[in-house]
Amino acid sequence: MLGIKGKDLTLLCVVAVLALCAPFILNPFPQSSAMAQFNAGYPDLMQRFVIFGIFAVGFNILFGLTGYLSFGHAAFLGVGSYSAVWMFKLLSMNVIPAIILSVIVAGLFALVIGFVSLRRSGIYFSILTLAFAQMSFNLAYSVLTPITNGETGLQLSLDDPRIFGTSVSDTGGIPVTSLFGMEMRETSTLSLGDWSFQFSNGYYLCAVLLLVSFYISIRIFRSPFGLMLRAVKSNQTRLNYTGLNTRPYTLAAFVISGMYAGLAGGLLASMDPLAGAERMQWTASGEVVLMTILGGAGTLIGPVLGAGFIKYFENIFSKINDNVLHQWFGGLPEGLENAVVWFTEHFVGSGWNLTLGLLFMLVVTFLPGGLVEGGTRIGRLIRGKSKRAEKKAAQSKPAE
Amino acid sequence: MEAILLQVLNGLDKGSAYALIALGLTLIFGTLGVVNFAHGALFMIGAFCAVTVQKVLTLSKITLDPVKTDFLGNPLQIKTPYVEGWFGPEFGAALIDWSVPLAILFAIPIMLVIGVVMERGLIKHFYRRPHADQILVTFGLAIVLQELIKHYFGANQIATPAPDVFRGSFDFGAMMGMDPNVVIYPYWRLVYFAFAAVIIGAVFAFLQFTTFGMVVRAGMADRETVGLLGINIDKRFTIMFGLAAAVAGMAGVMYAPINSPNYHIGMDFLVLSFVVVVVGGMGSLPGAVLAGFLLGILESFASMNEIKSLIPGIDQIIIYLAAIIILLTRPRGLMGRKGVMED
Amino acid sequence: MSKLLTRRGLLKSGAVGGAGLALPTIFTASSASAFTNEPTGGTVTLGFNVPQSGPYADEGADELRAYELAVEHLNGEGDGGMLNTFSSKALGGNGIMGKKVAYVTGDTQTKSDAARASAKSMIEKDGAIMITGGSSSGVAVAVQGLCQEAGVIFMAGLTHSNDTTGKDKKANGFRHFFNAYMSAAALAPVLEKLYGSDRAAYHLTADYTWGWTQQESIQAATEAIGWRTVNNVLTPLAATDFSSYIAPVLNSGADVLVLNHYGGNMVNSLTNAVQFGLREKQVNGKNFEIVVPLYSELMAKGAGQNIKGIVGSQNWDWKLGDEGTAAFVKSFGTKYGFPPSQAAQTCYAQTMLYADAVERAGSFNPCAVGEALAGFEFDGLGNGKTLYRADDHQCFKDVLVVKGAEDPQDEFHLVEIVEVTPVAQVTYDPEHPMFAGGALGECNPGA
Repeated sequence: MLGIKGKDLTLLCVVAVLALCAPFILNPFPQSSAMAQFNAGYPDLMQRFVIFGIFAVGFNILFGLTGYLSFGHAAFLGVGSYSAVWMFKLLSMNVIPAIILSVIVAGLFALVIGFVSLRRSGIYFSILTLAFAQMSFNLAYSVLTPITNGETGLQLSLDDPRIFGTSVSDTGGIPVTSLFGMEMRETSTLSLGDWSFQFSNGYYLCAVLLLVSFYISIRIFRSPFGLMLRAVKSNQTRLNYTGLNTRPYTLAAFVISGMYAGLAGGLLASMDPLAGAERMQWTASGEVVLMTILGGAGTLIGPVLGAGFIKYFENIFSKINDNVLHQWFGGLPEGLENAVVWFTEHFVGSGWNLTLGLLFMLVVTFLPGGLVEGGTRIGRLIRGKSKRAEKKAAQSKPAE
Repeated sequence: MEAILLQVLNGLDKGSAYALIALGLTLIFGTLGVVNFAHGALFMIGAFCAVTVQKVLTLSKITLDPVKTDFLGNPLQIKTPYVEGWFGPEFGAALIDWSVPLAILFAIPIMLVIGVVMERGLIKHFYRRPHADQILVTFGLAIVLQELIKHYFGANQIATPAPDVFRGSFDFGAMMGMDPNVVIYPYWRLVYFAFAAVIIGAVFAFLQFTTFGMVVRAGMADRETVGLLGINIDKRFTIMFGLAAAVAGMAGVMYAPINSPNYHIGMDFLVLSFVVVVVGGMGSLPGAVLAGFLLGILESFASMNEIKSLIPGIDQIIIYLAAIIILLTRPRGLMGRKGVMED
Repeated sequence: MSKLLTRRGLLKSGAVGGAGLALPTIFTASSASAFTNEPTGGTVTLGFNVPQSGPYADEGADELRAYELAVEHLNGEGDGGMLNTFSSKALGGNGIMGKKVAYVTGDTQTKSDAARASAKSMIEKDGAIMITGGSSSGVAVAVQGLCQEAGVIFMAGLTHSNDTTGKDKKANGFRHFFNAYMSAAALAPVLEKLYGSDRAAYHLTADYTWGWTQQESIQAATEAIGWRTVNNVLTPLAATDFSSYIAPVLNSGADVLVLNHYGGNMVNSLTNAVQFGLREKQVNGKNFEIVVPLYSELMAKGAGQNIKGIVGSQNWDWKLGDEGTAAFVKSFGTKYGFPPSQAAQTCYAQTMLYADAVERAGSFNPCAVGEALAGFEFDGLGNGKTLYRADDHQCFKDVLVVKGAEDPQDEFHLVEIVEVTPVAQVTYDPEHPMFAGGALGECNPGA
């Protein structure tokens, strides 16, 4: 089906099911329970999971396949966002032209930066991309303020022209982003007893685009082009000696992953029409590198997992304050409660970064292939056990 | 003319800071091949050694003022540092005044230990892992160290002044027969410059003229062969790591009076130090130092008003622009060795 | 498509229900209530969105302390603080309109993006009816825009840019803190008194929107008292070492250095300037002076000795003698062991003002609350008589001119009050060119 088969098809189906049922899967705890704090099934975070998933999947096409570590990918995300917001300001609030433009602009930007940076390899390449991205960030924050609105970020305003739309909505506010009239922010809520599940239009648009991106990524991984990129990773010198010019291949990979980043940026702006310069800072570039490595570089699903992992901590753990902790541990005796709260406080709320840092170290130390490796191990453990049990039954002798 | 002279001074000073920070990184990253994102954190810990020494010296005995009250109307607490009680007010005050130079003495052993522990406990297991894994683990470590410091010292900057004798600035202009106040430079920054020169010289001498240094240099060039010769190169690399941490820490201690440190200071320097090392060329110590000074001077010139008015915003990007131009014209940076971190 | 999704949801709910879950299924579209997050139970949730990581984390922590204290007082716990001195008596210590006040917190990271993500999660997940907090203007403007679109009230925390209630003002957004124009208007006469009217100023300005509005305001105000502006140099936000910008100052003919910096930038640039010995120099036969238009206690702490004698402005200081301030300092100091910062005071006041407006309006509807706040005159929240101006949702009140103390008696006395500038002197026309170009628009109740 769709030109892919076997494991890949299964994987795509699994991702599709997960993405479509995310509002249920991410909201496992009843609203009134103390665990509701860990629910992640609200539109903004689900959108972020998916959008940063797209960003990381695209990054992985470059890094996972060719081994070229770009430290400036956030620049493409930022450029994508700016283009999308400008479309909303000038053209209309329809997300389609905005997303298309952001992909194109990011692609062109990637073409220029990639063309220059790919003249070098290894760390020299990384620093070149970093330098380009940092230049973009610094300029966007200061000199380019007329285009980027600097520190505040580019926003919509009531006096934007929007030539194919309206400057002001019927209620006197700024019109909202939509897909041919279907508002992105519109959310339906399904209440089932103590559970409430939110289905947001914006999320489903992102989810569909994630599936498309994921599918394209699978096709690239399995194509002759993907094979060529892997060859670049394993030994570029040898390839060059065979008389093959690898640059067009790596440049294509760079531009494709830049376009993925642009798509992610355009989607971010479509969900929430604001483009901040911080999106281009090196920390943002670093974040996608971390997502990819954490999830498992070079694997198909890894980057998506890594993106979800980091965004979950950023948005959920940072919101747990001592008030919440006291509610959780309220059942304990007073002294013990305070001690437990005091200890836990280090890792949540303003300490969420600490937890994230510790988890980075633990994952990379014990799961060399990232989260995917962890999944495989668990899978093997379950399967191994059952196999062993079968064998045991058959042979009455443990197989080691 | 004066303006140019002033910016040359400035550039030398900035450059010495960049070179010193990059020197520690290039020992680990440029030569051992470990992408150490925790290097900024080592610099930050160094700066907080200065903060800690200052805090310890100003630990105070609390007595209550009979007349004055604090903001809640309770009797005002008068704090007298213990050191003033033990060594007499004058010597005690002098000790507190000199807390930053004193901190150097404490920072060296502490940073050596931190470096060795880091290498033995963590980095050792990552020599043969992909660079990506090294990035993740050292970045995680950097976050953890940073958050610990934030937890104990807060996020605000902490003033760590230099000794009082170094207050004010030296008038170069007057020395050279110009008008007074035209070319002036703060004493402490001159101290920093001299300090950086000494440390850089010492590290070079250590690697160039000692047997230990010779073995390490051989190990950098060809680790396997050195190992085959029966030399325990791992142990020496551990010591190198400690040395690098100590250099980073000292850079941090001395920098504390220039800019009051906060927990984030390491991250602020991290990207810059990587750029300096790579522009200098992987595997080259002189390259890193040269790149540090070059970028420092370029940055100073770019922030001159005359140049800023010509190209607005140039001072924001000059370092990155210079890095791009250098890396495009010289494939392996200024003095990079072939084959180091090129794939 | 929208219908389709709804049907999908229904189908699913049907399927789940059919699978044996005997739970009542209620399907609510988001437009069922009159406004966003209408509180239905016995509690009402406020969203406190403050920086918890990054350079302003300490300021954020102090804001959070103030919010927790405000919630306590609103719920009738503790000593009541400024509730007792507040001129409006609508609040009775039984929550807001009888509903107990609950709150959620989030981390803005002082980034527009992260701040909006955090605010959105409060609105979408936790059902917050009001968002407040923040420690920079970029974040305030970004979150204010979000609240306008989402249909909740935004009570700004520490934000000093003219734009927040100028070109980026919003009907759902309210600012208690003062702004750059007010700083300049309050500072200029004091500067004239202290340093004379024949001065030449050299500006170093953080290269982003807040820095520009501040510089513009100070330049206009000082030129009005006869000062010359020698130069205005923009410095990168990411700069940590300002030596190359400060080195040329002495040779420029200027005798005053104005540092339009905040937070870490300000601590570093001031430290660098003092290192260069600027304060001991004589130029044009006058003592060289440094001015830092926007001050905070935390910055004074970070700059240490260097802050001595440096003049600037503040929104509020705990050393003010009025009874509101005294009540607030007492309850804050007793709970936390140190006096509150100006960020804490503005956040506390904003929470009280919001709660009071809800009581007076008799509704949580943002439009009703906005109406109750607009043009509201009050006293007893620490700043004296204050007006929430209807034209731009900016508070008008006295502004403090302060100075770094020469010999502080303890770490809480680093700043001393030079003058309390009366509100009349800092009031401006809503159409003033520095604030022009925006419109409040219509209030948005969401839904």
